[in-house]
Amino acid sequence: MAGLAPSVAAPFTRSSPHVRRRQLVDALATGIMTLCAAAAVLVLLLILIFVTLNGLPALNLAFFIERPLPQGEAGGGVAPAILGTIEMLAVAAIIGVPIGMSTAIYLTEYGRGPFARLVSFLIDLIAGLPSIVIGVFVWAWLVRHVVGHYNGFAGGVALAIIMIPIVTRTVEETLRLVPDPLREASLGLGIARWKTILKIVLPTARAGIITGVVLSIARAGGETAPLLLTALGNQFFSVDLLQPVAALPVQIYNYARSPYEDWQVKAWGAALILIMLIGSLSLLSRWAATRRLGK
Amino acid sequence: MTSPRREVAGFTGASRLTSGGSASRGDRVFSVLVTLAAACVPLLLIAIFILLLLDALPAVQRYGLGFLASSDWDPVAEKFGAAAYIYGTVVTSVLAVLIAGPIGVACAVYVAEYAPKWLAEPVSFLITLLAAIPSIIYGLWGFRILAPIMRAAVEPFLKNTLGNVPAVGALFSGPTVGRDYLVAGVILAIMILPTITAVSREILRAVPNTQREGMLALGATRWETIQRAVLPYARSGIAGAVILGLARALGETMAVTMVIGNSSTQIRPSLFTPGYTLASAIANQFTEADKEIYFSAVVEIALVLLLVAGVMNVVARLLVWGVRGPLGSATRAG
Repeated sequence: MAGLAPSVAAPFTRSSPHVRRRQLVDALATGIMTLCAAAAVLVLLLILIFVTLNGLPALNLAFFIERPLPQGEAGGGVAPAILGTIEMLAVAAIIGVPIGMSTAIYLTEYGRGPFARLVSFLIDLIAGLPSIVIGVFVWAWLVRHVVGHYNGFAGGVALAIIMIPIVTRTVEETLRLVPDPLREASLGLGIARWKTILKIVLPTARAGIITGVVLSIARAGGETAPLLLTALGNQFFSVDLLQPVAALPVQIYNYARSPYEDWQVKAWGAALILIMLIGSLSLLSRWAATRRLGK
Repeated sequence: MTSPRREVAGFTGASRLTSGGSASRGDRVFSVLVTLAAACVPLLLIAIFILLLLDALPAVQRYGLGFLASSDWDPVAEKFGAAAYIYGTVVTSVLAVLIAGPIGVACAVYVAEYAPKWLAEPVSFLITLLAAIPSIIYGLWGFRILAPIMRAAVEPFLKNTLGNVPAVGALFSGPTVGRDYLVAGVILAIMILPTITAVSREILRAVPNTQREGMLALGATRWETIQRAVLPYARSGIAGAVILGLARALGETMAVTMVIGNSSTQIRPSLFTPGYTLASAIANQFTEADKEIYFSAVVEIALVLLLVAGVMNVVARLLVWGVRGPLGSATRAG
């Protein structure tokens, strides 16, 4: 561990070549590890810097409030994509948050035995599914078999499936932090178990639950592949959930692949908006988390 | 495994004592509701598997194992073989793990063993931030920034040096286009690095300090301690971390789709070949899948991905659980 003990060999150093070789290897290893960590952080900074530098020129008021224009016309924006992303995230949250939270409540307050272990294991498995597989599932189910064409509702469902394991895991961790004496005190007063959970356990864990929900929305908000297969994207303002709906990540994809200079600048601009959206959501969730600790 | 704590058992007992008539009805309703919601999770997974299986059935019946063995993908002639996609997936993912595995574990070792506390937290936070960046942004960055650099500098360099070495030379031959397996592998490496680092770090933190103290007390240097006492203890868990990274690389779609070229279905040894992965093939072809058999073939690709990713996740998690118990949010890397 860091700071546990400096290399204990040091005080016993004799300038024998053997010891010196070992110290050299030690120093070399330290250098390599440090370099690797520095490289990883550098890559992150490079990505953020390039997105910011390339994206800033695209940002103006029109970019936020207008719809995309055909190639050749100057101006236009990504407002339908921003709206669509918010709309589908709302659908996803309405479906995914109750299921995720109930599963977390089941796992912490009720679950034991083989079924609970199975659910816990499968949650990890769903979290590990490639998002494109979830996309194909919803595409085959809601787009091909049920509705018959691409639609925003299917996009919301796909995002909900992505959100469920994130909500479950973060809420579960928070609920496990609620001290048992609180539950016991409530039950000791003769309050029913379900009321104890709803009125004592959940309010105590409120901040952590908000963190989990916001985090899952942030993660789902950046998903592209499942939306591409379900909501498809749309150049016009459309809030009809049974029609194709635009989404920021899909808009970035379509702009980035185009050969037009103007659209590529817009792709960077949309990417910057997406990063700011996800970044502020992540900060919000961290803030909620630290508030919980501060109490 | 999530074994509920002992206190919760007492909790149940207390509840049984205190609940009267209406309260117990409320309890029953609530517990049924919550259990039903939890049952959604296995049901969902079963539904995904069954639906994909049913929709892939026409293609499975018509092409059989030829679907996996043939690289002939011609929708017009209704010939569907995904071997080239499988090859592309394997090449790019293995490449990603070869790059990100050592670097990711080294990052974890640095954060867990070397860095002073004031530095460990921010570094580890920044590396998890890498995981929060959406894959489409990696794609955009890879497409506009990384690919041109690879085409202009890195690939010609590799071609001129390693390309002349016998045996490995074939990997670095042909025109350098900057939209190929190599670029896809590099972008995947960047994307799976945080997964490998976060899980390995948790594993290293679970190694008991007595392992380190014993070794240091024998006069070992810090590196010798890590190499001979810490890493061997954490070996299977770190293997799990790397497999989790591999599983993530296999299914990654958008970033790969933007840099892999999506053009050839021929299997060539060169890393400079523009190709497809399973995931990018889906993303590129789903809009064209109008015929029933084409649709079925695309779904079968997804089924293959589901099975491969599922198996890898199970193996990885069993390995990791062996060292430190169920994973928490540390693995939420994507």
